[in-house]
Amino acid sequence: MTPPQTNDVKYTLEVRDLHAKAGDTQILNGINLTVRSGEVHAVMGPNGAGKSTLSAAIMGKPGYTVTKGSIMLNDRDIGAMPTWQRALAGLHLVMQYPTEIPGVGIDELLSEALSERGIDPAKLTARIAGEATRIGLDEALIHRAVNVDFSGGEKKRNETLQLAVLEPRIVVLDELDSGLDIDALRDCARRVEDLTNERNLGVLVITHYSRIFADLKPNFVHILAKGRIVASGGPELADQLERDGYEAFNP
Amino acid sequence: MSSLAALTLPTVGAELWRYSRIGGLDLGSYAIGLADTTITGEVGALGHESHIALADVSSEAPDVFESLHESHANVVRVSTQRGQTVSDPILLTHTVNATGVVCFPSLEIDAAENSEVVVVERFVSTDSCRSLVVPMVKIRAAQSARVTYVAINELGRNTWLIGYQRASADRDATVSASTVALGGDYSRVRAGVRLIGKGASAKQVALYFADGNQMHDFRTLQDHAAPRTRSDLLFKGAVRDTAKSVYTGLIKIRENADKSEAFQTNRNLTLSSGAWAESVPNLEIETNDVKCSHASTVGPIDGEQRFYLESRGIRPEIAERLVVFGFFADVIDRLPAAAQPDTLRDKVGVKLLGVDFVPTKIGAKV
Repeated sequence: MTPPQTNDVKYTLEVRDLHAKAGDTQILNGINLTVRSGEVHAVMGPNGAGKSTLSAAIMGKPGYTVTKGSIMLNDRDIGAMPTWQRALAGLHLVMQYPTEIPGVGIDELLSEALSERGIDPAKLTARIAGEATRIGLDEALIHRAVNVDFSGGEKKRNETLQLAVLEPRIVVLDELDSGLDIDALRDCARRVEDLTNERNLGVLVITHYSRIFADLKPNFVHILAKGRIVASGGPELADQLERDGYEAFNP
Repeated sequence: MSSLAALTLPTVGAELWRYSRIGGLDLGSYAIGLADTTITGEVGALGHESHIALADVSSEAPDVFESLHESHANVVRVSTQRGQTVSDPILLTHTVNATGVVCFPSLEIDAAENSEVVVVERFVSTDSCRSLVVPMVKIRAAQSARVTYVAINELGRNTWLIGYQRASADRDATVSASTVALGGDYSRVRAGVRLIGKGASAKQVALYFADGNQMHDFRTLQDHAAPRTRSDLLFKGAVRDTAKSVYTGLIKIRENADKSEAFQTNRNLTLSSGAWAESVPNLEIETNDVKCSHASTVGPIDGEQRFYLESRGIRPEIAERLVVFGFFADVIDRLPAAAQPDTLRDKVGVKLLGVDFVPTKIGAKV
């Protein structure tokens, strides 16, 4: 196993006054968020609040346009970078619906992704196998096509495996808790929680529900409604939300 | 020469030649010539005097090029004896380097009852060769025979190919006919299988990739003429630059072919905005108790797949390579070992990276 890197450099993802469109529709109307290494921030919101647009805009997904504001990683404005350069700068997106890529093995994907980072993939074979065991992903799936015919749980375990192997500094989890069973959710959430401790990973977890917080404990909770953060606070805000519902936070 | 000039060629108005480049062919400008043909393989399986008539292996009316074959073909015959298993693939390499010739390489594979044979046929020319190759293979698989045939088009950039694959499979026989088309200028293959005996099955696979101003053109027929027959076709291709591809295919299930299964899949990747692919699947079913499916797609690389890879820090050109290799993975898996799937991947890579395609050295072992 490669020893975990020390991560003594602190990373900060800073989203400032972010306005963004999905296609031609204005969705985000001025988002402010700061996520630092080791912190877990939860963004919670009802359907249509702009959760997916937020993750897409941060990662630079085609079809989403930033119309105002900035996305900074440390002192670098990454808002104008292509997606792959944002990833190499230390950002990562765990997708709500991980894409199936026929004929492309997880091993091939990891090999290319590691090469882009200047890491010899051959040296990480044991490490990848170890991460698969740790996240509960059948090792044989590493040699299979990415997400093709995977169950919901296998897809999210695969996402978490890649997160652990590629070692980003800040991760956006876009509804990690959708489409998978309780056991898989617990395993994935715990692995992310461990990464915040082991590698000082900064986490932006975007979610509908607070159940993921049982294993991935947020330091900060933000409520997203109609493209704006309408409330921010500690974990107690999630409890209040459970009690009162999103209605109470409508702007 | 004059006899060729006098022939009436089909036009793109005919359905079978729709989208083709037949209008650009001046047959009269070619002289009849010969390909230089080398053969390696088990000699015992060669040279038997059994002629396969076109009507034995095809139910379709012969077109002008098939008729020309009858008078101009130089025929290589491969025939097996009853129960014989030919252990090594038989390899034919047809090399055309003269410009201005039309040649008619002809191959007949006559597999006797319960015999097995693998034949690989390569077509090779230089990039400067402006000639026309009109190959025809006739495959006759007797009861329980197993025939594997692979055509590999490694022609140069200015060579035309108008080819025919005609196969028939008798009771419980299996015919596998594959095509790998990377070379040539305009390359057309008309590939038909007839399942004439109960329990016969056919597998047709093609991998094609066109760039520059190339065009690949496939017309397929899966003709079920006996009960409990099975056919499975998978054709996948990519086009880039201003290249084109056409696929039209027909599954025909005749009235007596009940309990038959037929599958037809054609998928095309358009890698440049100037590239064009057409896919037209067709079904003609005359009985009810059958299982059929067809699928056809034409489109660019999936944006979600590209984004997923790029979100992992993979640059766009490598992401594209991964997706294209992935696209071809199942078709490469389905090609017989004799097609050397490993080297195919490299050749697809060469096409993809935009380096001029260099044919394998003539005489090199495939």
